[in-house]
Amino acid sequence: MANPDVVLVGFGWTGAIMAERLTAAGLNVLAIERGGWRDTPNTFATTFDQDELRYMWRHHQFENVAHDTLTFRNNAGQVALPMRRLGSFLPGTGVGGAGIHWNGQVWRYLPTDFAVRSHNLKRYGASAIPPDMTVQDFPVTYDELEPHYDTFEYLCGISGKAGNLNGKIQPGGNPFEGWRSREYPNPPLDMTYGPTLFASAATEAGYHPFVHPAANMSRAYTNPLGAQLGECTYCGFCEKFGCGNYSKASPQTTILPILMRRPNFTLLTNCEVTKIELDPGKTRATGVIYVDGKGQTQFQGAEVVMLTAYILHNVRLLLTSSIGKPYDPKAGTGVIGKNYAYQITSSVNVFYDDKIINPFIGAGALGMIIDDFNGDNFDHSGLGFIGGGYIGVVNTGARPIETHPTPDGVPAWGSAWKKSIAENYLKTVSIATHGAVMSHRGNYLDLDPTYTDTYGRPLLRMTFDFTDNEHRMSDYLTDRATDVAKRMGAREVQAKKRAGSYSVVPYQTTHNTGGAIMGDNPKTSAVNRYLQSWDVSNVFVQGASAYPQNAGYNPTATLAALAYWSADAFLNHYQKSPGPLVHA
Amino acid sequence: MPTDHLTRRRILASGTALSSGIALLSAKAQPFTTYPNIPTDQADRPVPADPLQGYLFFTPTEALFVEAAVSRLIPKDGLGPGALECGVAVFIDRQLAGPYGQGDHFYLKGPSPNGEATQGWQMPKPADVYRAAITEVNRYTNDAHGGDFARLAVDRQDEILKSLESGSAKLKGGIDSKAFFTLLLQNTMEGFFADPLYGGNREMAGWKLIGFPGARYNNRPFVTQHGQAYPLPPVSLNGRPDWTRS
Repeated sequence: MANPDVVLVGFGWTGAIMAERLTAAGLNVLAIERGGWRDTPNTFATTFDQDELRYMWRHHQFENVAHDTLTFRNNAGQVALPMRRLGSFLPGTGVGGAGIHWNGQVWRYLPTDFAVRSHNLKRYGASAIPPDMTVQDFPVTYDELEPHYDTFEYLCGISGKAGNLNGKIQPGGNPFEGWRSREYPNPPLDMTYGPTLFASAATEAGYHPFVHPAANMSRAYTNPLGAQLGECTYCGFCEKFGCGNYSKASPQTTILPILMRRPNFTLLTNCEVTKIELDPGKTRATGVIYVDGKGQTQFQGAEVVMLTAYILHNVRLLLTSSIGKPYDPKAGTGVIGKNYAYQITSSVNVFYDDKIINPFIGAGALGMIIDDFNGDNFDHSGLGFIGGGYIGVVNTGARPIETHPTPDGVPAWGSAWKKSIAENYLKTVSIATHGAVMSHRGNYLDLDPTYTDTYGRPLLRMTFDFTDNEHRMSDYLTDRATDVAKRMGAREVQAKKRAGSYSVVPYQTTHNTGGAIMGDNPKTSAVNRYLQSWDVSNVFVQGASAYPQNAGYNPTATLAALAYWSADAFLNHYQKSPGPLVHA
Repeated sequence: MPTDHLTRRRILASGTALSSGIALLSAKAQPFTTYPNIPTDQADRPVPADPLQGYLFFTPTEALFVEAAVSRLIPKDGLGPGALECGVAVFIDRQLAGPYGQGDHFYLKGPSPNGEATQGWQMPKPADVYRAAITEVNRYTNDAHGGDFARLAVDRQDEILKSLESGSAKLKGGIDSKAFFTLLLQNTMEGFFADPLYGGNREMAGWKLIGFPGARYNNRPFVTQHGQAYPLPPVSLNGRPDWTRS
């Protein structure tokens, strides 16, 4: 195939967004996706979608680690071993990526989340940021991204309530959020019992509960591209599942019906890009190498290559393609793999004797939240940490293999367990905390020296642990959640702090970030403010790999906003004059 | 800008069994919603468990162990049937005989040294784990108590399960007793609470125990009925037994 204007590597949210924007501008775009075609009637129809065993526990819509995984260790003193099965995070594979099985929790970062280093230094002084905490400011501001957040929210038909319209605080919304230029496109979802009980207690405690912004439709919606979504049925098979009802925003429901008809778009499925090819000077990408579904290695030329895969694959492709200097944690030099971060979560269970909660009625982002302890929404003086997170009750649907709330002291099996689960399943509310992870010198990604994937490429190696900052912050959030829980009139409250080292075993979040971070200096970042590689100017790296650290919010809306921001810069500037968009 | 070579709308799907029927979408394609080349009969439906009686994977000795163990993990009692009565032993057998047991979603390349708990599963595929571990548990109970696990009194079985759970039972053959117990308990819970089409959760007894209504598609009428008991009985992906005449 002759060189398209742009080759996209991976076809989830950022791939679909870039493809739509670039083809709308008349460019020829080829997307190369390692997995297969997926759509609602064939892949996650209502007739078979609600299958907890198959999709959650047998991973039938997730990345298959039999072919490719990563190795993991908590610190450089350990030998990294393969993550032999998925657990802590659940990346996708195939058309739509993780955008099929996400919850639809759509958050904007706070304005101060884009200035974590400068803001905290200014407010709390030099001691606020320990020497090994390698946080950096984003090289883009909230104000610059606001129009792009808005575009994504209207694309997705987000159900919610604005808290800050053009600087004016709105009753019922999140009073801490950054300004937004207009109301959400859809009203909030109807609310189940558990979140309502939480919100009442949080209000009594003096906090500011509001409805979780959701990519689950509170009513039928037609988005600006003309794609139609249906009203959510609260079936509870949303988080970790596809939606058979066209009620959850995904590439399939919001973009593909329009994009696939465009003559200047081509999609190659079951083809995995293994390397970006560079010219002899290593300053320009000439195309990509991929392995097709028959196992044949192919070359595809390209004018521009955009990495639009999951962050872990973006970073590995940069490393295996020798684009950018790999990060060295000892010397503190290099950029590729630097500032890998994640999310830290905890929970507080609230057990009732007299209240039927029906926790199986749910949607991926159906809940009530307080943001009083996120980011820098509260005074951190004397607390010993920076950052924060949100606290709330989200009824995602209590699937019965996964959801076994029992009080402390109850064994995990036997008649006592059986009696306890029978008594508590319908009468338990779980409060979640969802905290930021700051970047740290010792948390990074590089290539594993021992293990390889199905094509013989080295696996990515993840070196990561929670630091004191995360534990102090998460414990603080858990204590605040416990305060609210104790006001909820329950029989018993059970706090589950996130203790000890990070583990890849229990599910936490699919919110991996960093490794190809954006910045204003090529010595400390992999890409510039438009997500363009500092080293190879016709390579762009989309996605959460660009985050210098992870905020206390789900990452999808921000990576989508960055994709729209990057697309604008590409079309308005790069296309007119190919080359570096920022001169260091 | 646009090149002549790429003015047609195409999906190129190459190779695998799943996509071999997709092939090229021709030019002048139909509107997206009437995809002529991805017919609905390619729906990725689940594969139900073979309903025939008898074990496909377990040997008779292994089956005795699993039946006895799952009977203790979720016992039959005054609250209703236990794991054995719900078909959990058959469920695990079918799982191990199928792709899961063969590790279709596990990374299995070596080397496999023992790691930290935070590094997760470092064992072979699930079928191999069961085969090796059951042998070693029975060796352990024969050494300590003079018989296979399944032949011991239930109190003794509970004691042994607790020692597997805590890891205090030291098994031979490099078997990590705690990791095996974790797997056995997880698979038991799966069999008790998964959709009945996989052979466990017979008559949706697991769901009835806790009040989960199953594959209910539309909960809209009940969202704001706070504190009210859910009025509908559970339903499986294959419907309900009372939907058919027997």
